[in-house]
Amino acid sequence: MLAPLGLAAAAGLAFWKMLDRMAAGKFDPHALDNPLVGKQVPDFSLTGLGKAKGFGAADLKQAAAAKPVLVNFYASWCIPCAEEADILASLAAEGIPIWAVAYKDTEAASGEFLNRYGNPYARIANDAAGRVAIDWGVYGVPESFLIDRSGIVRWHLAGPLTEDSVRSELRPALRAIA
Amino acid sequence: MKMNGGLGPEAPSCAARFRVTGAGRAPGLLLVLLLSGPAFAVADPKEMLPDPQQEARAEAIGSQLRCLVCQNESIEDSNADMAKDLRAIVRQRVVAGTTDQQVIDWMVARYGNFVRLKPPLMLSTALLWATPALGLLLGGLAAWWGRRRAVEQGGPAPLTAAEQARLRELTGAE
Repeated sequence: MLAPLGLAAAAGLAFWKMLDRMAAGKFDPHALDNPLVGKQVPDFSLTGLGKAKGFGAADLKQAAAAKPVLVNFYASWCIPCAEEADILASLAAEGIPIWAVAYKDTEAASGEFLNRYGNPYARIANDAAGRVAIDWGVYGVPESFLIDRSGIVRWHLAGPLTEDSVRSELRPALRAIA
Repeated sequence: MKMNGGLGPEAPSCAARFRVTGAGRAPGLLLVLLLSGPAFAVADPKEMLPDPQQEARAEAIGSQLRCLVCQNESIEDSNADMAKDLRAIVRQRVVAGTTDQQVIDWMVARYGNFVRLKPPLMLSTALLWATPALGLLLGGLAAWWGRRRAVEQGGPAPLTAAEQARLRELTGAE
């Protein structure tokens, strides 16, 4: 008699805990682990979008060796990218280098987007075909990757940066590699 | 949570192929398209390989790979921009002569095991694979326990005199 009740109580407690974590932004049932986390950035080389300077894996590793870099895949046609613009701007203002990969975008559309929402990016690489994004395991925009001093991806987020994810994930990751 | 995510510049949804049919004007066409749903997935014949054998191989590989935008469709079935790119990559690699397993490994290296619609048997999927056996075991245990209890209680109580009389009345027996 007590066993089924105990089981139901345990399931209820676990479910409540899960909802609690979801509400706090610590658990996303749709999130996927990117296998790149813990590995070196994949090889690539991209030209800049418009007047911006492009970059490849070598440039990225060189810059990250001095100061960890946040790599942000974005597109001007992507609505969540506009949502995270303010957060990216404040991170850039703190002095965190943010390098962008423009996913399937054009110079004109991207220029308009950055004029409207601000440009937090130190460099913007042009991935017009979206092929480099696939090598990074990107399946949508925006996605962000934190690269540490040895060129290893230390943290990844699929979807827009939020105040919750910055506080509970990005900040601890930055502290860990500082 | 990704709202509009990587659908692509034109942002077609997973159900785009149903939305673009002009259903209001041509219900017959909609019916035809609905009935031909799976076959209609790769809508653009330009995507297909000229060699039917290679195309069949590419389709077989692609149907084992999950479209991460829609998550419940294979890249062969999905109309998402991302799935189209991945289909093209599968075909390039088939033409280049890589084995099926190499193509799948290439995808897994980038997108993890979740990209495989049929998950491999490993520690983190052991429970998933064991579910049918566990279900059978639990069902068997429940049945055995229920039977044992019924036997221990000695079955239902015998009918009272009034119930026996009513039973005789209903069945017409003497």
